[in-house]
Amino acid sequence: MPSLEVTDEEGRPAEIRAVPVRHPGRWVAAAIVVVLAAAGIRSVVTNPRFEWSVFGHYMFDERVLEGLRVTLELTVIAMVIGVALGIVLASMRLSPNPLVSGSSWLYIWFFRGTPVLVQLIFWYNIAALYPKIGLGIPFGPSFVHPDANTLIKPFTAAILGLGLNEGAYMAEIVRAGIISVDEGQSDAAQALGMTRLQTMRRVVLPQAMRVIIPPTGNETISMLKTTSLVSVIAVADLLYAVTNIASTNFKLIPLLIVASTWYLLCTSILYVGQYYLERYYGRGSSRGEDARLWERMRALASPHGGR
Amino acid sequence: MSTPMVLAEGVHKRFGRNEVLRGIDLEVAPGEVMCLLGPSGSGKSTFLRCINHLEKINRGRLSVDGELVGYRQEGERLHELRESEVARKRAEIGMVFQHFNLFGHMTALENTTCAPIRVKGVPREQARGRAVELLGRVGLSDKLDAYPAQLSGGQKQRVAIARALAMEPKLMLFDEPTSALDPELVGDVLDAMKQLARDGMTMVVVTHEMGFAKEVADTVVFMDGGLVVESGPPEQVIADPRHERTRSFLSKVL
Repeated sequence: MPSLEVTDEEGRPAEIRAVPVRHPGRWVAAAIVVVLAAAGIRSVVTNPRFEWSVFGHYMFDERVLEGLRVTLELTVIAMVIGVALGIVLASMRLSPNPLVSGSSWLYIWFFRGTPVLVQLIFWYNIAALYPKIGLGIPFGPSFVHPDANTLIKPFTAAILGLGLNEGAYMAEIVRAGIISVDEGQSDAAQALGMTRLQTMRRVVLPQAMRVIIPPTGNETISMLKTTSLVSVIAVADLLYAVTNIASTNFKLIPLLIVASTWYLLCTSILYVGQYYLERYYGRGSSRGEDARLWERMRALASPHGGR
Repeated sequence: MSTPMVLAEGVHKRFGRNEVLRGIDLEVAPGEVMCLLGPSGSGKSTFLRCINHLEKINRGRLSVDGELVGYRQEGERLHELRESEVARKRAEIGMVFQHFNLFGHMTALENTTCAPIRVKGVPREQARGRAVELLGRVGLSDKLDAYPAQLSGGQKQRVAIARALAMEPKLMLFDEPTSALDPELVGDVLDAMKQLARDGMTMVVVTHEMGFAKEVADTVVFMDGGLVVESGPPEQVIADPRHERTRSFLSKVL
């Protein structure tokens, strides 16, 4: 044990090498966590009813993978519609025209105020309300009028339900982002001769992205899981596929674990994507978000903690 | 006599019931440097923002280089200009703000090239060359790829000046360009502005820098309560003010 020197050779106060404070409570807490975790793992591994062989058998089953594909497709399409609609609705909400901003408000009010499951079932049964959907002049003649049942298949109903609902949430996220950008930025852009549209596209939106991205990542993760609702309107997504298989072999628990594993895997990938997007749009910001993911984790794991 | 660069006749501006400008008459000749002095709330900054139509005036006439700001007169009627027309006119007027307002997501170079490329359609390479030259002129050749967050206040303001100059304006407006700076950084910004004045740029400067006003201004205007109290060459307005209000203000800031 080296002796701790308080003064250096010249008698000046030396570099600080203090005895760290002991934290016995932490060790006790850690021990409890380890014991509980071991018990949990043991029960999961040894309980035969988890039927891990069934899990392994169905993890890459063709029907499961097809369901996963549908789930991912729904997530992507619904989020694209949601983001596009959100930008439009947010711009409308910030419009000086009261009719335009009012209608945006009404849309958001309605779609945020009703359950998405109800909206999905509603779109699925739209034919009961409008048997024929006409495309033409309002109050005038219509040119094409296809049958609603052939036009709106379950998949279309799912896209409409999820996308239109998401638009309402995204609108509020985008609006929050836009108003978070300092007004001086628009002043400067306009003083340079940019039009309102250029100001929005070149100056305001890119900076709003820093505020918009994190909740949008959150929404995407949420959407991936919300798509499981579409199984009630007979869209063959991941959840629908596993319950379908379970209805023939009665192995519901291992099959639900298959679905959960896939959902977890996909959300984990989204985490990584979000991290890099945030880093890209965080460029030029003064906070040290540039630190690499690994460096930050190492800093956290080091005895001095992450500051 | 040549057309004045800025001509204000009886300019009024209200925010709700708060009358900020109560009849401003001013004339800035081409190549002239005018400094606007006055206590805060006297309407200096608002007047500056009216010149490039960031604020609409409620009464009076305001024209830049012989053309009305924000309107077109046909016979006895004023027509509002379309947004694109307003933007085109703003592109000819440079503006520098108290809080810099640099675009945070762009480097110094991108800040300086953005408007020439997007607004004037200057080819990218040409815009870049010009930006490098301008940033060099304000002493920032080594900061081309720095983001605003990595620059000091004085450096930011010099980028802002280069950004405005990149549009090759015929008139430059400065809204308290040194008020947000640490005292030791003020000098660099003022030097850049002095250089600009020597090059013959027409400038309207809202400032509290009496030294700058004395040295560089052709005309000093003292404003209070939304009115011009007195104006004239600096040696008269600053050294020998006629009005009591001007005297009491100057005695506090000098």
